[in-house]
Amino acid sequence: MTIEIKTATLEPVRNTFAHIERRFGDKPATRYQEATYDVQSEEFFHYRPLWQPEKELNDPSRTAILMADWYDFKDPRQFYYGTYVQSRSKMQEAAENNYAFFEKRNLASHLPDSITEKLIRYLVPLRHLEHGANLNNMYASSYGYGTAITQACLYNGMDRLGIAQYLSRIGLILDGNSGDALAEAKLVWMNESIWQGIRAAAEKMTVTEDWFEVLVAQDVVLDSLMHDLIYNQFDQWLQDNGAQDIGMLTEFMQVWNKDTSRWVDATLKIAAAESDENKALLEKWICEWKGILLEALAPLADDMLGGDALSQAEAALDKRLTKAGLFK
Amino acid sequence: MAKKLNIKDKYRLLTRDLDWEYSYEDRKEAFPFEEFEGIKITDWSKWEDPFRLTMDSYWKYQAEKEKKLYAIFDAFSQNNGHLNVSDPRYVNALKLFLTGVSPLEYQAYQGFAHVGRQFGGVGARVACQMQAIDELRHVQTQIHAMSHYNKFFDGFQDYSHMHDRVWYLSVPKSFFNDARAAGPFEFMVAIGFSFEYVLTNLLFVPFMSGAAHNGDMATVTFGFSAQSDEARHMTLGLEVIKFLLEQHEDNVPIVQKWIDKWFWRGSRLLTIVAMMMDYMLPNKVMSWKEAWEVYFEEAGGALFKDLARYGIKMPKYAETIEKEKEHISHQAWWTFYTHGHAAGFHTWIPTDEELDWLSEKYPDTFDKYYRPRWELAKEMEAKGERFYTKALPQLCTTCQIPMLFTEMDDPTLNSFRDTVHNGERYHFCSDGCKDIFEDEPEKYVQSWLPVHQIFQGNCGGPDVENVLSDFYRMNLGEDNMDMKGSPDEKRWKQWKGVA
Repeated sequence: MTIEIKTATLEPVRNTFAHIERRFGDKPATRYQEATYDVQSEEFFHYRPLWQPEKELNDPSRTAILMADWYDFKDPRQFYYGTYVQSRSKMQEAAENNYAFFEKRNLASHLPDSITEKLIRYLVPLRHLEHGANLNNMYASSYGYGTAITQACLYNGMDRLGIAQYLSRIGLILDGNSGDALAEAKLVWMNESIWQGIRAAAEKMTVTEDWFEVLVAQDVVLDSLMHDLIYNQFDQWLQDNGAQDIGMLTEFMQVWNKDTSRWVDATLKIAAAESDENKALLEKWICEWKGILLEALAPLADDMLGGDALSQAEAALDKRLTKAGLFK
Repeated sequence: MAKKLNIKDKYRLLTRDLDWEYSYEDRKEAFPFEEFEGIKITDWSKWEDPFRLTMDSYWKYQAEKEKKLYAIFDAFSQNNGHLNVSDPRYVNALKLFLTGVSPLEYQAYQGFAHVGRQFGGVGARVACQMQAIDELRHVQTQIHAMSHYNKFFDGFQDYSHMHDRVWYLSVPKSFFNDARAAGPFEFMVAIGFSFEYVLTNLLFVPFMSGAAHNGDMATVTFGFSAQSDEARHMTLGLEVIKFLLEQHEDNVPIVQKWIDKWFWRGSRLLTIVAMMMDYMLPNKVMSWKEAWEVYFEEAGGALFKDLARYGIKMPKYAETIEKEKEHISHQAWWTFYTHGHAAGFHTWIPTDEELDWLSEKYPDTFDKYYRPRWELAKEMEAKGERFYTKALPQLCTTCQIPMLFTEMDDPTLNSFRDTVHNGERYHFCSDGCKDIFEDEPEKYVQSWLPVHQIFQGNCGGPDVENVLSDFYRMNLGEDNMDMKGSPDEKRWKQWKGVA
């Protein structure tokens, strides 16, 4: 049985905005479409930026990647602000429950000192690397072109700040809110040899000019390798060594990675499929950054996991790249 | 038992402590724009976080707000909420908002994203990033709020294209282009402080109050939903100014110069709001003059008293601006009325009750200078000779507003200023705009002035009609001309069942 409420139906004059109609035809549009396509100003800028007078304010030439239409970068998640915060709000609610449970049951006190030390040495310093990821995605958001990709970079940038804050909270849980674990992890990040290659690479990304290259270096190469090392392999090691509870504190990052990979993979695929020139450029950047980052990560991977940890991470990255249509 | 961290320490650990001193690259290369404006930052750690919001709380609060907001949008369109507005003329204020103001929210996102990456201090960066994502929220929720109106009224459909090209929309567009093209600290004084902190009550709020007074549930709900975001932005704007002034005494004259510039720029931009409040809202909120007195003279006056201890004075031209409150709304609406064929919204003669309201609100000026024009316009319209001017207006090189303003001491005399730069003569509407040009001529000679561009043949043609229909993509006879006889008016009458 259904009931039918009679409402007054008025015939609309048009289904959607004219620029949406030009792209998708005369039919009702989604909220993602109306919030995204052609929102950014494209022409007749009044003044060149004092800080970069060779470019326009919005200028597609801030990257060597060429696109006939920058709005090809559709986000498979169809995130506009509203859907983005809804998604993250659900994730943070789950995380909040996990953190509350962890703290209520004082699960940190069950961790052997050797595990706590490892967490401070390997996991907590990542908060700084996530801060670098925040800068890099903000860079792509502010220098990128077209709302489709720049809004996704902004969401990613804010995600990385959020993750850096979760990692900091892990430190605070370990040190009983004294901040000692965070201070110790920062010393490790600043001084320990296992992190120095990574820190140097993170600093290098923030002085790299081409925003698409920055995006590839950070969101594709570094994130892929690091995720596999930390949240797959080190996570497994923690499980095997009686510290599976830590998984409650990193579940957010697991879910986040799955979600974000959909966007990163799609972005890479679309850029590569656009032209042979794009594909060659992406492959060049990836080769360079893979070289830098594999070398940088080797001491950490050896120290943390040993064996063939890094080649496993590399294999995971290569699989992603092949899926995006690169290197074949 | 773990000790409790106070919120300041916790926020420091969760945010400020994330950054690090570079060892492998030159940090100045990563944050390259901090010095060229002459501002001296001696210690970023002195930055006081204007709000301490971590991302988890941000997602939670914002998602709750979005959920409520979109529930209202859905209900609004399901129930044809546009039928509840006070009068179809009201919708033209929304057209002005979507074409003129919403794209500024987008530029605000871009500008704050830029400084949110470029500032060397992590506290300032993160605060700016949060404003960046809020501003993206505002443009997107405004588009969604207007989406329903677009389905039933003309003039919304090509707002983005129009914002890039149409003559009067170059006023707001160039304002934000100017701020974004400036260095990061000037951007913050222009937008974070002057615009968000001091002038927001005169821009954003009048549109939202207008919505509340005119039965527009979608827009007013957006306004309420954005209120807590705006409060955060205001605290950021105030912190920026205090931080800059406290960092180094050499910053004071630079900041003062920017305040002078951006208050003048801002007061010019607000002309469209003045006109909207006095002429476009069928149910009035308050007059422009009253709004200016409450939100600028009283609130702004108190603020500048507070800033006096840093050596900051009231913005230059404050006295001229004070006189302008009596005139600018009338001068602007008259200009739009007479150029109504070239506007992307409808214009009209105020009703007799509205004329009386204006006489009452502007006892010193309206009857003397402006009412006679409307009486004449009424006579002409009654004879079937609704007046449209054939001429294209000359634009001010700085604010890009047509030269419609008068000398404030003699409202019968148009105000013209000019200067010669590199052998070319440039024209201005005021001393304020001329001074701004002369301080940075290389910037303002670049202005993409719509009327010049038309005359140079860069906007199609040959006739103005071709420019309007082909280059601006206005649907002539639908988007433009008088409210009387417009398709908007016809449809409204059909919906309401009146002849």
